[in-house]
This record gives sequence, structure tokens and C-alpha cells, in this order.
Amino acid sequence: MSTLAVSVWRGGADGRFQTFMVPRLDAQTVLDVVTHIQRRLDPTLAYRFACRVGMCGSCAMTVNGEPRWTCRTHVANVEKNGKLTIAPLAHLPIVRDLVTDMREFFDKWARARGQFQPTKTRRDDVARVAPSSTGRLAIDAAIECIGCGVCYAACEVVAWNPDYLGPAALNRAWTLVNDVRDGAGRARLAAVAGDAGCHACHTHESCSERCPKHLAPTASIAGLKRATALAALRGEL
Amino acid sequence: MRAETRLWLAQRASAAVLALCVAVHLVTMIAAVRGGLTAAEMLARTRGSVAWAAFYGLFVLAVSIHAPIGLRTIASEWLGWRGRTADAACTIVAVALLALGARAILAVTL
Repeated sequence: MSTLAVSVWRGGADGRFQTFMVPRLDAQTVLDVVTHIQRRLDPTLAYRFACRVGMCGSCAMTVNGEPRWTCRTHVANVEKNGKLTIAPLAHLPIVRDLVTDMREFFDKWARARGQFQPTKTRRDDVARVAPSSTGRLAIDAAIECIGCGVCYAACEVVAWNPDYLGPAALNRAWTLVNDVRDGAGRARLAAVAGDAGCHACHTHESCSERCPKHLAPTASIAGLKRATALAALRGEL
Repeated sequence: MRAETRLWLAQRASAAVLALCVAVHLVTMIAAVRGGLTAAEMLARTRGSVAWAAFYGLFVLAVSIHAPIGLRTIASEWLGWRGRTADAACTIVAVALLALGARAILAVTL
């Protein structure tokens, strides 16, 4: 049986890599490797996961320098000469080992007005939204985000401008901008405009390149740029 | 927020103008220097030319809008230089570009 040499980040921001030898198995995922290390080699290793099937968005890590969802990343696709390097996600404070503090990431969703603001009550009729309507199609293209933070870790602008809301939060805002039932339109556009918002995006498309769900936050951000520009021209911003 | 959005719009609009101006400028330059060109020949073409002054006036205006907004972003992202002093510095660059450009246009058209 062949083995993998796996360098795993240990400790906090001032930590270092520790190498483990892990048996190489067929159809092995990066999460399988991390789990093997914790269960068989070093029970003190800290990492996060929950669903193991690409739904929950908790297992994202930096694998050989790139952010990835580890539960759906096969070792065969990422190992180089029998080696793997696994680190916590970039652009987030490290709690310990492979666990990052994601508060800032999710707080930015709130700052981007990522909450749905209803305009009706339970006594009103259910809103009718045609599946083929422009808004609904835009929402469909962006709604499947699992909040894994891969786009945030891949985005260079987040590194340059710590206030930048980031691809995921802006992508969420874009789905609500297109939601005809939502009543926070103007406030949301004001929240996502400007230096910390959509206008900071340089269209590098690292988020769209790396998104495990194959979403295109860059397209959503471009949509926000158009929407905020129109609002500014109309004097509504 | 409104100011940032307007700056973004101004940079996009000036970029569209620049795309056209740079293309015309390059093609004209390459065509004009074929077979050699003297300063006297150049001035003969530009002196008193309203069309030339209008075209390059627009070019200079677009540059003075576009470049400082871009520099402001670079200052913010690469130097961490934000706020009033950065805005003031970029305004000075805008005025300087406009003044230097206007001076050059006046020098060859009047």
C-alpha cells in the first residue's frame, strides 16, 4: 500500500506544518485524509466538517495552496508526487490547526443586508414569481451558495482591503436585489455600494474559478455594479 | 456610498472615451510619421485646428478623470493610504494632468 506525506498546519497564526504519513486509498478524499490523521495518528488535530457530501460548507481548507471543499476533493486530483499540504482557509483568523474563525465572513453577509426583508404578512396571498422571470433566473444562478468561504479565501481584494464584503456576501445581496418580495432594496444597494462593496471588485474571477458549486459571484457583483450605478444616476442611492 | 459609485461610473465612462481616443491617437501617430516628420510639419497641421484641439481636449479631460481615480484605488490597496489626504493627493494629480494637458494643447494649436 502506498502512503501519502501530508503536511498539516498546526497551532495558530504563528504555528507550523507537521508531516503525517497516511495510507493512500482508492477514492480517498482530502477530508478522509484529515479524519485518518485525527482518528489514528493525533487526536488533538482540530478541523471542521459535518455533512461529508458537499452540502454544509464547513470543511473548506487550503489544499496545496488553493482553497477547496475537502469532502468532495479527491486526493487523486490534488496530490503531487505523493504529497499534500493542508492549511486553514486564508483571510480568516486561525483558531487552531485547520479551524478558522468565520465570524467576520458571516458578519459581512449581515453588513451586505443579506437578510430577507418581507413586504407582506401571513394574511396576504403567497407571492407569485414566474420561474422564467428575469429576477428569478438571476436568483437561480446565484442561490446555491453553501457558505463555505472558499471564494472569500480565494479573493485577492479581501487581502488588500480588509473591509471588503467579499464575493459570498455580495452574491447573497444580489439574490435579494432580484427578489420581488423583498422590501430593503435601496438600503441594500447603499450597503453594497462603495469601497467596501461591489465597486472594490477587480473582476479577477478567483471566486468564480474556485467556487465548488460553480457559481459566479463575479457575475453577481457585476449585477450589483449595474444596479447601484442606475440607482446613483436616478438619485436613489 | 454615492460618491464611490459616482467615481466608479466616472472611471468607466472615461475608460470608454479613452479606448476610442487612444486608438485614434495611435493610428494617427503611426500614419503621420511614415516617411519622416518634422516639428514644422506637425505645427502646420495642428496650429489653428479646432478639430485637433477638441479631440485632444477630450482626451486630456478623460485622462484627468480616469488616472486619479485609479491611483486612488492603488493607494488604498497597495499603500493602505485612504481618506482625506489620499483624496486630496489624487485631486492634485487630476488638476496637474488637466493643466499640463491643456498647456500642451494650447502650445501646439495657438
